[in-house]
Amino acid sequence: MSETVSRTGRWVDLANPTKFLNFAGAVLPWLGVVTVLVLLAGLWMTVQAPDDYQQGSTVKIMFIHVPFAWLSMMCYTIMSLSALGTLVWRHPLADVSAKAAAPIGAAFTALALITGSLWGRPMWGTWWVWDARLTSVFVLFLMYLGIIALTRAMDDPAKSARATAILTLVGFINIPIIKFSVDWWNTLHQPASVFRMGGPTIDPSLLWPLLIMAVGFTLLFFTLHMMAMRNEIWRRRVVAMRRIAARSAERRGTR
Amino acid sequence: MLALFLRDIRLGLRAGGGVLVGILFFLAVIAVVPFGVGPDLKLLARIGAAMLWIGALLATLLGLDRLFQADRDDGSLDILIMASERHMLAVTVLIKCLAHWTTSVLPLVIASPLLGLFMNMEPAAIGATTLTLLVGTPAITLIGAVGAAVAVALPRGGLLVSVIILPLTIPVLIFGVSAAYGAVEDPAPFIAPFLILTAITLFFAVIGPFAAAAALKSSAD
Repeated sequence: MSETVSRTGRWVDLANPTKFLNFAGAVLPWLGVVTVLVLLAGLWMTVQAPDDYQQGSTVKIMFIHVPFAWLSMMCYTIMSLSALGTLVWRHPLADVSAKAAAPIGAAFTALALITGSLWGRPMWGTWWVWDARLTSVFVLFLMYLGIIALTRAMDDPAKSARATAILTLVGFINIPIIKFSVDWWNTLHQPASVFRMGGPTIDPSLLWPLLIMAVGFTLLFFTLHMMAMRNEIWRRRVVAMRRIAARSAERRGTR
Repeated sequence: MLALFLRDIRLGLRAGGGVLVGILFFLAVIAVVPFGVGPDLKLLARIGAAMLWIGALLATLLGLDRLFQADRDDGSLDILIMASERHMLAVTVLIKCLAHWTTSVLPLVIASPLLGLFMNMEPAAIGATTLTLLVGTPAITLIGAVGAAVAVALPRGGLLVSVIILPLTIPVLIFGVSAAYGAVEDPAPFIAPFLILTAITLFFAVIGPFAAAAALKSSAD
């Protein structure tokens, strides 16, 4: 009980943008260093990993493709949680978080689609097929772009926050569809082989580099996300300061 | 509520001939298809159901931004939001969606058998496509209500509404077309995708009005 109280206490503390900026300033350098180290370790393990007996060296595309795909879904989940934070608790940083996450998520989704297409060319013999998983991820990409367009279309951040939050929550329906599309429909894309009942089906020599890369890219996501949130807070402060300056200049002019 | 429904229907039928424009747009989309793919009757018959669905989807999106925009312009939207203590705003939105569907989408469904003849479709395929359109297009309107409500404060929200709504309508399109094909081609099932289509419509009949009502409330204050 006391732990939850202290945790919510800390959570509320972070709602103050200044406190968040201090926290981000303290954490970001460490997070960045750890991200670089883990990514380097992951890359090293990727180079060392054995080739697949059927796919040859193209299997190494997996080590970047799969983390990107996971992160594209995780980012949308984070945006949905932020949307809940905006609508339910009116957490002042939730909408900053959602706005900062959208372009990063769109970039990860685009990279997942591109790397998947590069992998599909030698393996399936085609750049693109309209199968359930590819189509649903493509829809996810379109939704990211729609959300970004809506956020940028409104000047007032308070107003765009709630509108974007509602749209994000409605679009969350797509996430379970992506996750289970390979089970519900019989598709060209292979079924889940890591997070499944009865343990992963891929060999440990390939699984470990994959997991390290996934951790590395997740850390990269959080680093970028925190930096983008910091930029957004600073940008809003600059706008507010400019308004105050303009108002005081106007007052001086009338005097 | 009934008064609101009748008022919206009357406005929809009167205001600027929106119904006729929708049907004309639908007709134009279908008429463009043979120029694009060539006048091969067999090919047209095969893609007919899909083309009817795409045309109906685009024509439905065309009129969506008018769902709340006109009410916002003359101020009656604010009155509807203020009345939300007596009538739940989600119900009001649902009624408005139904009226919008009746005036601007139902004519498209009624016109679709005629356009199906243009596409050289068999009678069974025409019947199945019309039935799926009848069941599936309310879902498009209800999803569109969310987009229209979210973009209601924007001066030129029309294109943005289409862009943010289109990804969400893809499941409707998939199951609508697969049900329409299932009725004609033997191995493909008809009942399963048709029931899923019905489920999608009912699902969005709940989700759509609530989300749209929340967006309208936030745009008003």
